[in-house]
Amino acid sequence: MSERKLVDAKNTFCPGPLMELIGQMKMAEIGDELEILSTDQGSANDIPEWINKVGHEMVESFENEGVWHLVVKKTK
Amino acid sequence: MKILVVGGGMGGTILANNLARRLSGELKAGKASITMLSASDKHMYQPGLLYVAFGKMAPDELYRDQVSLLESSITFRVDPVTKFNLKENNVVTESGKQYDYDIIVISTGSRAHAEGTPGLDEHAAQFYTEEDAVKMFKTLQNFEGGKVVVAVGVPHKCPMAPLEITFMLADYFKERGIWDKVQLHYTYPIGRVHSLEAVAKWAQPEFDRLGITYETLFNMKEVTPDKVLSEEGTEEKYDLLVTVPAHKGMQVIEDNDLGPGGFIPTNRTRLNIEGYENAFVIGDTTNLPISKAGSTAHYEAEALAENIASTIKIGSPVRDYDGKVFCFIEAGEGRATYAMFNYQNPPDPKAPTKGIHWFKTAYNKMYWASARGLL
Repeated sequence: MSERKLVDAKNTFCPGPLMELIGQMKMAEIGDELEILSTDQGSANDIPEWINKVGHEMVESFENEGVWHLVVKKTK
Repeated sequence: MKILVVGGGMGGTILANNLARRLSGELKAGKASITMLSASDKHMYQPGLLYVAFGKMAPDELYRDQVSLLESSITFRVDPVTKFNLKENNVVTESGKQYDYDIIVISTGSRAHAEGTPGLDEHAAQFYTEEDAVKMFKTLQNFEGGKVVVAVGVPHKCPMAPLEITFMLADYFKERGIWDKVQLHYTYPIGRVHSLEAVAKWAQPEFDRLGITYETLFNMKEVTPDKVLSEEGTEEKYDLLVTVPAHKGMQVIEDNDLGPGGFIPTNRTRLNIEGYENAFVIGDTTNLPISKAGSTAHYEAEALAENIASTIKIGSPVRDYDGKVFCFIEAGEGRATYAMFNYQNPPDPKAPTKGIHWFKTAYNKMYWASARGLL
C-alpha cells in the first residue's frame, strides 16, 4: 500500500536535501509519496528540476515559516 | 548498570573509551560494566583505503588489534549480534549467547552496496574494501590512457571521496606521465559538483583549470562493459570507470527491522532510537541526513558518552549533539583543505594548502590516538 513518508532535512548541509531525497527514493515503492522538509531555499528549485528530469511526479511545494515542504511521488 | 556497545568501528571505540574514563570509579566499584561486541578482532582505518587505491599506503598499515585500542576496563568479545530484542533489553549473538543490558549503543556502520547497481561490481573500480582498493591500484597501474569516468551512488560514506578520488586520479596520471592521454570526466548526483555549495564553488574552477570535464544530475542506474547509464536517461562511455558505490547499513539491522536500508531512525540531538530512551545509535548506522563520515561518528560518540555518563551520575543528559562534522578534502598537487559545519553553521572551506595536506597525512598515523580517545 502506498504511503507518505516524511524526510526531515532541515538545517543540514551535507549530503543536503536533494541527495537525501535521492537516497530515500531508492528505498521507496512505486506510488509512495515523500515529503521532504528543507531550510535551504535552493531546494525549491533543485528538487523539482531533478524530479522532472528523472520523470517522477512533483505533487506540491510550499513554504511555511522558513521551511520548504516538497512532496514528490515515485512513479517508476 | 550494564552498557553494551555493538560495533567496534570508530564510533563504538571512541564512545567505549570515553565512557570507560568517565565511569572509571563506577567500573572499579562494580557499579557499571561496559561490554563491546564486534564482528572482527581487527580495527580498520577506513579512510586509508583511498591511499591504498593509489599505492600510497600498504594494506597492513590500516589495521590494529581492536583490543589494543580499548581501555582495559572494557570487556571485548568477537561475537556479532544476530538478534536485537530492544523491548526486552537484550541481544543474541552468533554464538547463541544472550547479553542483557541497561543501555545499548549501536554503531555497526555501513558498507558499499555495489550489487545494488547492475554491472557495477563486474566492471567498475572501487575502493571501499581492502580487496577492492588493491584491485583498483592494479587496474590503474595497467591503464595506459583513455576516458576515465568517475560515478557516484547515493548514499555514500565519506562525502569528500568523489572529489578526492578525482583530484588524486589527476595527480596519479600526471606522475605516470600519461595525463595527456587521459580524459577525466566527473559525474555527480545533484545539480552541482558537490553537495556542499561552498565546496562546489571551489571545486568547479579547479576542474576547469585541470581540464577535468563534469556532468551533474547523474545518478548511476546500470553499468555495462563500456558505458554507465544514469537514472536521468543519459549515458557515458568509458575506458575506465571509477565509482563510489551507493551504501547500505549492515544486514543485521535490516534483518531485525530496525530501519530501512539498514539505517536506524535516530533522534538528531539525543541520538536515541525513536521510541527508546535506553537505546542509542551513532555513526553511519543512524538515518540522520548528515555526512556518513568518521568525524560524524567521533563527535556523536563524544556527546553520547558524556550524556550516558551524566545520566548515570546525575540522572539526566547534559548536552545535545549539534551536528558537528569535520572533513579533510585532498585537493591534489600535494594540497588539502577541510570543511567543518554543524546543524546551524554551513562550512566555509579555505583555499587548499600544502600544510593541511601534511596534517592529513599525519592524521593517517594519529588516528590510532583518536580511536583511543586521546586526540
